[in-house]
Amino acid sequence: MTVARRLIPCLDVKNGRVVKGVQFVGLRDAGDPVDCARAYDRDGADEITFLDITATHEARDILLDVVARTADQVFVPLTVGGGIRARADVDAILRAGADKVSINSAAVKTPELVNEIADAYGRQALVVAIDARRRDAADPSKGWEVFTHGGRVNTGRDALAWADEMHRRGAGEILLTSMDRDGTGRGYDLELVRAVVERVAIPVIASGGVGTLAHLEEGLRPIARGGGGADAALAATIFHDGLHTLTEAKAFLRERGVPVRATTP
Amino acid sequence: MSAARPHLCLVDLGMGNLRSVERALRAAMGDDLARDIVVSGDPGAVRDAGLVVVPGQGAFGDCSLALQRHGGALARALTDHIERDGHFLGICLGLQALFEGSDEAPGRGGLGVFRGRVRRFQDGLRDADGARVKIPHMGWNQVSVSPAGAHRIDEGAWFYFVHSFHVVPDDRSLVAAESEHGERFVCAVAKGNLLGVQFHPEKSQRAGLTLLRRVLEAVP
Repeated sequence: MTVARRLIPCLDVKNGRVVKGVQFVGLRDAGDPVDCARAYDRDGADEITFLDITATHEARDILLDVVARTADQVFVPLTVGGGIRARADVDAILRAGADKVSINSAAVKTPELVNEIADAYGRQALVVAIDARRRDAADPSKGWEVFTHGGRVNTGRDALAWADEMHRRGAGEILLTSMDRDGTGRGYDLELVRAVVERVAIPVIASGGVGTLAHLEEGLRPIARGGGGADAALAATIFHDGLHTLTEAKAFLRERGVPVRATTP
Repeated sequence: MSAARPHLCLVDLGMGNLRSVERALRAAMGDDLARDIVVSGDPGAVRDAGLVVVPGQGAFGDCSLALQRHGGALARALTDHIERDGHFLGICLGLQALFEGSDEAPGRGGLGVFRGRVRRFQDGLRDADGARVKIPHMGWNQVSVSPAGAHRIDEGAWFYFVHSFHVVPDDRSLVAAESEHGERFVCAVAKGNLLGVQFHPEKSQRAGLTLLRRVLEAVP
């Protein structure tokens, strides 16, 4: 018995609709985040993440309604990220029914917010997302820098030192995205994942670059056996596009010795 | 509709995540087991309940203080209910609170229904691959069921956990299930109509709803 490595599908939501529809057989409405979340839940998702990319304040209420309707029907942990700037935003999202919030730019702008959220709601409710890019694409020994605003703004901060600071301030988990690999389908930046896993004592969720099931396995495999050593894998495209179901992914991982949760029939 | 059945009291200790538990209980009830859910920290609501559910997330010390509100009347109502073998489900801190005390908050007492303490996971453990065993224990883990838990918990089922402390009962016959995180630990206790679980059935998908349903089915 050991704690399972988690598979977390991520849905981008804009104005209450999934931006890139989920190609699932038998889905009533591929653009409805609640329907998509239910489908992933049935398929064995260990958690579900909504990333809200809505720009306007009015659309916030639509998101909260989506969160509440999802929480009524989906009984796995639900994380919501995007556009969280203050404790009031966190409060509204958790009260709507999410279990965790994920913050990124706000943590860079106001690091004390991390302490404040952890103190008020507990570390388990806080995921800090870090978007990291190599200083030198060909040489991981040069390290990684933290970017914000979808990779447009370089903060100049060192990603490993930042992960460490976020852990010390109260992050419960680190969601680590490689900007070099995101969207490429070439696999995780395994050096980055390993470096952060070795640096912090909290769970690390690997993200960015998954194109095959073998990539998932590499990211989750222990460091001692050449993998990234991540605790969880967040993925979007590989599941949304119907390339693979979560059930398939778990069977693949199980066959290769990665402990994953079996779904109750 | 459900007026004929004594209500379910979801005890509000002011410590969050009540809505998740309420949602999961409603989903597990369906129509056939529907009964009113009263969310309250009032000792009177506990006294008249057919089933008392104590959820809880957060710190043991805060939980201990919340139980002592109303001059200790809430704590008394809960222990009376349990001593009468009333139907009871404790979740996470709601399990830990049944014991005498916790290393998390040394000067603060629990309900003391059972002898034993709440202890922290050992620091610095490594698994077979040399990876560190992380605290809190967060995520899905499997349970190994003992005789006391066999009628409500399925052997090998996966449940969702988030905790740094676990109960250590003096009386091993209370153990309903165990799990493993660097070390083996007790993740459920049961006695008569009481069940306490360290994991979160409200976040454990079908395995969790099944467990809640079995608890509900037993309540007259």
